[in-house]
Amino acid sequence: MLKIINLHARVEDKEILRGLDLEIRAGEVHAIMGPNGSGKSTLAGVLAGKPLYEVTQGEVLYNGKNLLEMDPEERAREGIFLAFQYPVEIPGVSNTYFLRAALNAIRKARGEEELDPVAFLQLVRSKMRILHMDEELLKRPVNEGFSGGEKKRNEIFQMAVLEPMLCILDETDSGLDIDALRTVADGVNALRSPERGFLVITHYQRLLNYIVPDFVHILYDGRIVKSGGKELALELEEKGYGWIEREARQTVGASAAGA
Amino acid sequence: MTTVQTASDKRFYVEQFERLERELAGSDPAAVRHLRLAAIARFDQIGFPTSRNEDWRFTSVADLLKVPFHPAPRLEDSAVNEEDLEPFSFGEAIRLVFVNGRLIGRLSRISPLGPGVVPGGLADALVREPELLTDSLGRVADFKDQTFTALNSAFFRDGAVLVIPDGVAVEQPIHLLHVALGGATPWVSYPHNLIVLGRGSRVSVIESWVGLPLQAGQEPTFTAAVTEVLLAAESVLDHVRVQRENRQAFHFSNLAASLGTSARFTTHLVSLGGGWVRNESRVRFGGQNAEATVNGLYFGSGTQHVDNHTVIDHALPHCASHELYKGILDDRARGVFNGKIFVRQDAQKTDAKQTNQTLLLSDDAVINTKPQLEIFADDVKCTHGATVGNLNEDTLFYLRSRGLDVTEARALLTYAFANDIINRIAIEPVRQRLEALLLSRSGPLQEAQP
Repeated sequence: MLKIINLHARVEDKEILRGLDLEIRAGEVHAIMGPNGSGKSTLAGVLAGKPLYEVTQGEVLYNGKNLLEMDPEERAREGIFLAFQYPVEIPGVSNTYFLRAALNAIRKARGEEELDPVAFLQLVRSKMRILHMDEELLKRPVNEGFSGGEKKRNEIFQMAVLEPMLCILDETDSGLDIDALRTVADGVNALRSPERGFLVITHYQRLLNYIVPDFVHILYDGRIVKSGGKELALELEEKGYGWIEREARQTVGASAAGA
Repeated sequence: MTTVQTASDKRFYVEQFERLERELAGSDPAAVRHLRLAAIARFDQIGFPTSRNEDWRFTSVADLLKVPFHPAPRLEDSAVNEEDLEPFSFGEAIRLVFVNGRLIGRLSRISPLGPGVVPGGLADALVREPELLTDSLGRVADFKDQTFTALNSAFFRDGAVLVIPDGVAVEQPIHLLHVALGGATPWVSYPHNLIVLGRGSRVSVIESWVGLPLQAGQEPTFTAAVTEVLLAAESVLDHVRVQRENRQAFHFSNLAASLGTSARFTTHLVSLGGGWVRNESRVRFGGQNAEATVNGLYFGSGTQHVDNHTVIDHALPHCASHELYKGILDDRARGVFNGKIFVRQDAQKTDAKQTNQTLLLSDDAVINTKPQLEIFADDVKCTHGATVGNLNEDTLFYLRSRGLDVTEARALLTYAFANDIINRIAIEPVRQRLEALLLSRSGPLQEAQP
């Protein structure tokens, strides 16, 4: 589904991703963990097409197509969804209006009929129940005045309505208390299916107790330095990121010595 | 006698007035004739504003003065059809339709506003009930330093007269629909509306200034309008002003209101059309505990020039004014916001707030914003501020990441910015219609494109 090969990306003059490789197949949940500044959010931004990031090398194939050539809206219409770490507030646009516009844009691109307000409301209500969302939130402007938890829940709610194929969660757990974390995880788990892929980016292992990954990758200094099963997250939790840093330095030292 | 040919010469207008005087041949009530004479005399003294005039610093009248406008003649009633008006209708039950400043009965829907009180035209009222008008006409719209208000006060022929008796609450909104229609020569019209609310009365008024697209051979129009509003004690007026003239039109309108004790006045301006536009709103507090809300929304695209000029005069204590003007400018459009609030020495406990926010959608759009507070009292609460911004890149990306293309995302954000004003309009059908207009695929910025 997604194949990232030797990806290099920078923000302005700062190189952040330095040769990242990753493959996600349909039905798999991949977790990416890493210390602050390792490039986690950059990876999410690059995959969603955030203009801030410049890809300098490498390839990203999504269902065999060159993802990097697509506009952000094309990616969304092809089934990529990014749950933002910091969802944007949009005063003056109601959640309902925004979500219906988004859903219809995606449906239109897929050659499906646009949903009328009644059909849309039915769909939305069923998804709200999964995320224990108050219907009042629908009428409110997108994320305006929402608590941190409400914003994150709203992201997953949008994901549930838009039904993407590749779901990227960028630190969705940050700022969530344990109840909200559970609700959000339930929402994500409800979407798990053999045709859908997930990339869960997180700083802490905690979220992965609820969204159990098939693979865990550790991102350090713009590269994946270690991959494993869900146990890797536990090991990391136990040993801390210092372990990875030491190991990474040793590797660099060893290769330097070998040269 | 030679006729002055250059419109930039004030004699061009003074001579037109002399012709009007001959045409009227003393048919006006004496008070009205005095008003006209005083106004034209004042115009003759002050002439047209230049950029040296602080109130006109960012709006040049040069283009206007290049066009030799003559007063629009009375047209056949059939010059405008019901279908022409459809896009501008709010489904209202009571409406007065004016074409180039003259009432067209055929297109109007008139029903009584209270026992024996019927809305109608100013020309008709001057003949039938001149005594009703002499106390109010010209009382609020001061033309001492106001060129175009002076011209209107000298040249007006017709307009709407709404007199709401004491204690009467009119449930249905009343639509004053003014249509500017071009002719084979450039026409100017001087509509003059008069809205008088009796003690404790209540009414909603929609004032539309619209134009039909110019047909081949039609010259641009100039509308120089004045609306005078007198609110007696405890009266409540909810007012909306929508400007949708065509892109070649010159439009000036001065909304001048005077508020009595505990009166409440709310006005929303929505300025969409016109090529050269000056929207003035002037509010004077003539009693205590009165409250005015003066909001505006202006759009500009292409080469439109939209000037919003507001003056709020707190002369007496315990009054409140709230002012929020928002603008959206694209292409090479130019906008002006000049908001003056005076708080006179006696106006203690004044609560005045003024905000101007402009969204610039292109690098070539320009806004000149000038919020101004002049405070002479010492126990007041006054704030003012102005912001100018572009569409937020992060927000645009957020929308695009959900599948909206750039055009849709921009339109949605523009709508959101504008809807903040539209949402405040209490007259439901107006709010709905304007909301739909903002959301329409082409968007309001394409409105009235030739």
